Amino acid sequence: MTDLAATDPLPKPKRDLAPILLPLALALLMIPLIGSTSSWLTLTVASLAMGMMIFIMASGLTLVFGLMDVLNFGHGAFIAVGAYVATLVLAPFAASIQADSLWMNLAVLGPAALLSMAVSGALGLVVERVLILPVYGQHLKQILMTTGGLIVAEQTLYALWGPQIIPMPLPASLRGSFIIGDVAIAKYRVLAMLIGLSVFIAIQLVLNRTKLGLLIRAGVENREMVEALGYRIRRLFLGVFMTGSALAGLGGVMWALYREQVHASMSDDLTVLIFIVVIIGGLGSIGGCFIGAILVAMVANYGGFLVPKLALVSNILLMVAILMWRPRGLYAVTSR
Amino acid sequence: MSDLLKLSGVHTHIGRYHILQGIDLTVPEGQVTMLLGRNGAGKTTTLRTIIGLWQASKGEITLAGQRIESLATPDIARLGVGYVPESMAVFSDLTVKENLVLAARDAPLDDKQLDWIFGFFPALRRFWLSRAGSLSGGQKQMLSIARAIVEPRKLLLIDEPTKGLAPAIVMALIECLKEIKRKGATILMVEQNFFAARELGDNVLVMDNGTIVHRGEMAALAADVPLQERLLGLSLEAHQ
Repeated sequence: MTDLAATDPLPKPKRDLAPILLPLALALLMIPLIGSTSSWLTLTVASLAMGMMIFIMASGLTLVFGLMDVLNFGHGAFIAVGAYVATLVLAPFAASIQADSLWMNLAVLGPAALLSMAVSGALGLVVERVLILPVYGQHLKQILMTTGGLIVAEQTLYALWGPQIIPMPLPASLRGSFIIGDVAIAKYRVLAMLIGLSVFIAIQLVLNRTKLGLLIRAGVENREMVEALGYRIRRLFLGVFMTGSALAGLGGVMWALYREQVHASMSDDLTVLIFIVVIIGGLGSIGGCFIGAILVAMVANYGGFLVPKLALVSNILLMVAILMWRPRGLYAVTSR
Repeated sequence: MSDLLKLSGVHTHIGRYHILQGIDLTVPEGQVTMLLGRNGAGKTTTLRTIIGLWQASKGEITLAGQRIESLATPDIARLGVGYVPESMAVFSDLTVKENLVLAARDAPLDDKQLDWIFGFFPALRRFWLSRAGSLSGGQKQMLSIARAIVEPRKLLLIDEPTKGLAPAIVMALIECLKEIKRKGATILMVEQNFFAARELGDNVLVMDNGTIVHRGEMAALAADVPLQERLLGLSLEAHQ
């Protein structure tokens, strides 16, 4: 019954390394084009930090796309809500934030980020139950409902906080740079990279080392079969949606600190980048999303430095190039 | 022999299409019931309606005396119904082991049951830690069936297990299904391969246009060539 004899060597699982090597190749290719090593290093670190923040915001969306086949155009609302909620904690403790002590800064920043995640996650619960549950399987209605939800969320933020841009200064200990030779690496970018990498590792551990992760991976590939095996995938959907919303909230706080400001439509530009990341990464693929986010950030930073006029279209060109190479994204997980 | 599964007047609509138009059928416990019919007759829809992937719009479905037509798919599966879809639907990104771990649900994998499965599907032992997506078509079918029998099930719904497989693999698969049958499994199987149906089936149901047009013993249909030609538009000789 086997296609191989018992003595044949076990086939080794094929590892698709090409997408992993892509950011590395791009970075190396840029060294001669940029010329200065310090500029290249600064741009590369900026790309990695920006990529990690985009990854955090996009990781939930790619699972929602892959697992639930839901086109959530309102994902940006969680980003903005997360950022605004953080201001509720950071504003009263402005003195602690501006104290020149890393621990005092983190003692305020940590709870602010956690509260943002909790509120965004809870908002995710409401959105899934109220807006998305009635339109599962109906893409056009999903687009209308979630876009409407985004508009309502933005207008609510305007109504509650006003139309003005709210400053969100970096904590004192995260300002400035590490100076290594003639290279300056911003402290906050290093923190963003560490947090992004931690989120990536945590998601990979859950997906690959737990039964819950097995179910999510199986559900991304074939929801019906997971149900036919006796699992209530709707509960899983809800859990993933809430987690994705919470991560978007965390990403919102990090992005707001990066830009040092918060406003209700802060997610508008980000949403385009996030969708590009999700599409080029492959719907439902966390690994693809991670690489896609780094690529998008690299193209934005290197492109902005080398050919500023191309900055507006550079990521669209990246998406076209990737999809011509791999029409279902870097790592095709679903059949969609 | 009591009936494990009973469908009475079952209708299923998919969108505006009326696919099942009043199905009445029974599946006796411990026997293999073959569901035959032309493409588009409604065979796959019948299995999907039983497992709840499509909701019956009318009628009753009873499993071991319990009404299940309004239950959700996971609840039906947890009553002991295993489903092997036409597309096999193995989880390509997961290993063979992970596919079976999910199929075992809350219970740990039973070594005795695994050894029994490996007895007729040795490839699964060899590729235990390989991604299911790297298996051949026949091996994926073996995994799909193994997933349905890794835990004891009351009823197996199997949709065209021999479809697209090489003749040697089909023969091996028939032997495996005979072994499962000998263990006392109750099976409702859709099959287009009349040879496989004849080898495995105790009873036969023939569908056309969303209704059952013939029911009886498989041996009787296998022996009646004119009836085969009338019901299925084929002769057994042509499929041997």
